[in-house]
Amino acid sequence: MTKQQVLDLYFMEARAKLIDLAAFLDRVERAPGEADFRLAALRKAMTQLGHPGSERARKVLLSLSDPTTQPILAATTKAACGAFPAAS
Amino acid sequence: MRFIEPHAHMVSRVTDDYSALLLSGCAAVCEPAFWAGFDRSSSQGFYDYFCQLTEHEPKRAGKFGLPHYCWLCINPKESEDVRLAQEVLSLIPNFLNRPNVLGIGEIGLNKNSRNELRVLEMHVDLAARHGQLVLVHTPHLEDKLKGTRLIRDVLKNEPRIKPERIIIDHVEEHTVELALDAGFWAGMTLYPDSKCTSARAIDMVDRYGAERLWVNSACDWGVSVPLAVPRTALEMRKRGHSAQAIDRLIYVNPLRFLSQCPKFKVNDEHP
Repeated sequence: MTKQQVLDLYFMEARAKLIDLAAFLDRVERAPGEADFRLAALRKAMTQLGHPGSERARKVLLSLSDPTTQPILAATTKAACGAFPAAS
Repeated sequence: MRFIEPHAHMVSRVTDDYSALLLSGCAAVCEPAFWAGFDRSSSQGFYDYFCQLTEHEPKRAGKFGLPHYCWLCINPKESEDVRLAQEVLSLIPNFLNRPNVLGIGEIGLNKNSRNELRVLEMHVDLAARHGQLVLVHTPHLEDKLKGTRLIRDVLKNEPRIKPERIIIDHVEEHTVELALDAGFWAGMTLYPDSKCTSARAIDMVDRYGAERLWVNSACDWGVSVPLAVPRTALEMRKRGHSAQAIDRLIYVNPLRFLSQCPKFKVNDEHP
């Protein structure tokens, strides 16, 4: 596909997702209380969007990933939360 | 259109999903053993589940004319209890000769713990001793990268299983190369809110080629879309992919991998 074709096919979807993300950040901002590490991790991952190149999706995923290499001692939960605490 | 659904947890789905799959051109459905959403209280619960996967569910699918296959294991989410895992693994050899069993799966890691890793190694040894195909679940979200690396290392250290007989499932942009570069197949799971969208999956096909890639819905009891594979085919068509390229990704590729198990046969008569 040409750039024009990609824009024709995906621009509206990307625009909608961008506005949704902006609205989410506004919603968090308006809400009382303290944000946990996920908000900072998301903000850090978002900085990847402004970088040149064609690896943004991979870099966003890497930014939100556990960078350690050794198995943990024991699983105390089954769920993942989408961001690694130290990443913030 | 014809396609194979290589990863679907049909025991969690309603009969309308079987109808929809068949009407969309599904030629076979494959069901890895999975977490039920709660921990089973004993190995007997797994015995019953394996009977469900090898006796009841193929009959249910058969009422719709759809071949049903399965993979057996204790899922990584229940692998923290090593003693339970040992009991469950001791049950599996008695099921491996059943006509719809394709191999060991979906094994892997969930939270990347020591016990999960130990149980993964036990599964890999079981697969090697019995000459089985292997389907691997990679962890969710922030745990996926680390888990995929740990899984890759375990599998690369097992010389009895050729990499082309292993599929690493749920890859995303940051893990797909880890799987393909090691010689494994890679599966892209199409979920609405996590894992991979159709557009991103096709991006990965465009970047890495379709030689050892497949797509699946992994539909289960959670938010998931049983027709995610044919919907991805439509997305490919919108992007100008040829009918042959689409057929390769959604039918030929799973057929190539799964046919390494001689029991795997598809339904060639589509509605």
